[in-house]
Amino acid sequence: MKVQQPNSLRLGPDAGGHFGIYGGRFVAETLMPLVLELERAYSQAKDDPAFKAELEYFLKHYVGRPSPLYFAERLTEHLRGAKIYLKRDELNHTGAHKINNVLGQILLARRMGKKRIIAETGAGQHGVATATACARFGLECVVYMGIVDIERQKPNVFRMKLLGAEVRPVTSGSKTLKDAMNEALRDWVTNVESTFYCIGTVAGPHPYPMMVRDFQSVIGNETREQIMLAEGRLPDSLVACIGGGSNAMGLFHPFLDDTGIEIYGVEAAGKGLATGEHAASINGGKPGVLHGNRMYLLYDDDGQIIETHSISAGLDYPGVGPEHSWLHDMGRVTYLSATDDEALKAFQLLSTLEGIIPALEPAHALAKVMELAPNKPKDHLMVVNLCGRGDKDIFTVAEHLGGKL
Amino acid sequence: MSRIEARFAALAKQGRAGLVTFVTAGDPDYATSLAILNGLPAAGADVVELGMPFTDPMADGPAIQASSLRALHAGQRMTKTLALVREFRESDQATPIVLMGYYNPIYVYGVDRFLADAKAAGVDGLILVDLPPEEDEELCLPALRAGLAFVRLATPTTDDKRLPTVLKNSSGFVYYVSITGITGAAAPDTSKVTAAVVRIKRHTKLPIAVGFGVRTAEHAAAIARGADAVVVGSALVEAVRQSLDAAGKATARTVKAVTELTAALSAGVRSARRVAAE
Repeated sequence: MKVQQPNSLRLGPDAGGHFGIYGGRFVAETLMPLVLELERAYSQAKDDPAFKAELEYFLKHYVGRPSPLYFAERLTEHLRGAKIYLKRDELNHTGAHKINNVLGQILLARRMGKKRIIAETGAGQHGVATATACARFGLECVVYMGIVDIERQKPNVFRMKLLGAEVRPVTSGSKTLKDAMNEALRDWVTNVESTFYCIGTVAGPHPYPMMVRDFQSVIGNETREQIMLAEGRLPDSLVACIGGGSNAMGLFHPFLDDTGIEIYGVEAAGKGLATGEHAASINGGKPGVLHGNRMYLLYDDDGQIIETHSISAGLDYPGVGPEHSWLHDMGRVTYLSATDDEALKAFQLLSTLEGIIPALEPAHALAKVMELAPNKPKDHLMVVNLCGRGDKDIFTVAEHLGGKL
Repeated sequence: MSRIEARFAALAKQGRAGLVTFVTAGDPDYATSLAILNGLPAAGADVVELGMPFTDPMADGPAIQASSLRALHAGQRMTKTLALVREFRESDQATPIVLMGYYNPIYVYGVDRFLADAKAAGVDGLILVDLPPEEDEELCLPALRAGLAFVRLATPTTDDKRLPTVLKNSSGFVYYVSITGITGAAAPDTSKVTAAVVRIKRHTKLPIAVGFGVRTAEHAAAIARGADAVVVGSALVEAVRQSLDAAGKATARTVKAVTELTAALSAGVRSARRVAAE
């Protein structure tokens, strides 16, 4: 579906939280007053210079921002095409982009007087970031995590516990990120007055998709400045992996109106789109409603949510944020997908060529860079969001490569 | 007068609160579910709430989650849920049926097609957990235009300022969620619930049904003293579960387990208003 484009693609959402037909506030009445309160609180904080200054302080001194924009010289030579830059968000404190959003939300929770923080996590990166910020500010932290993910992301489970968080195993449904989010919503509806729900991606009821995007846009804003310094011009293409889509939205959003820039999101194709065992919501799904918003969603012909598969716990989710859903319909962003095997190859390639072990999530983006870059001219500037580091994945990768650690 | 209005008018005339029973369509299988449904009115159910199973029931506790999954595993789907209502209507024209669930299966079925099919099957109203007033254009307004009641949930977090928004397009009755929490959670504090019902009644003439956490006849009786109806769900689907064999299949006890608990709850509800009236 292609629709005529408005003058700016950066104006959304509308007052009801809609990006086109996507987004909205599909939550239980118990939560609705709190969702409205959050919207008010965020809107006030956003315009408060003191809030902005506090967030900038912590992003600089605690997270280590700005993250470098690194010219991947050997990867570029190897692929013989586009000049590839990596936005090194894996160098952030806690090892992924998740902390950008978490710090924003935790500072907001403090302003709202909330003492108890809950979060869902898939790969554990959002859980670790939330546990970290809660430790830093002395807040109670409960993280919901599917037992399938607990098994494949053990290092992060231990990190969360070290940081003083309680990790609650989720055994319902597919026992992954979707079910962790269900349990977090059940906790929130039960402890609604005391608790702040720190959502890790650009999904959920309005204002979360907008708020998380705003906090993650630091990635794209820095990239604009850094590429201007390095090359004297904006990039020709952007590539990022998509689960819920927060790292991608953070990189893409500041560039949406630069219409000459090609933008690629890469979903998890798991064992292949044709097998049905994947987590590619846009490439394999249709618009549906779950977890507070309308978005591209994987479901059967009765509207029941399908269990997803991806080697990457962080991408193993049946939906994708509403703004991505809209950008797909608008044709502004091209959504590709990479299989488990393609991601594993890219994981190894970056490790050996650049000495950087990527997380399995951005390895999906790198897998498509391996296809896109060789077909581009040498003066084509391609920026890839390296949104997480791979330490957490070494056990999973070792197992898939037929070895044990 | 709609079936829901007629039923609440009759209850008011009798001077007692009603019993609203929730069971999941197709739990544990279609045939048993139909037998349960057919047995509910005689056992004392005044209104039947029929759950439309969904894989991800975010506002429900473990009992109803499990019930939903049992139904789905047994092959339940939206067309069969509507068929269940149609078959029930062959022998019962009086008991109101309200479908309860989540929006995605309806959205995917197609809103207009769903409303037409539900109306034709004999459905009287809808309760959608994840459609607050902010999303009224999705289903609430089309449902009202199609002649179906849209029963809204009011909760302890719905303050006086917000109540008019919640009540604006409500019809049939108002479902007061007695706790901040999921279905089947801790029992509510009866005095707080009664106060809340009084508060809501200041804003609406609609009957108020109270649910979430009501399990026993005694508890139902206590709630019935201050409300127009009491909703019981988790306890009934839990009775279904306990009646199943090791393989999760229905047994000879399954239908009875539900109707006997319904009868006990009904006795509790009926005794309460009598005491209050004396």
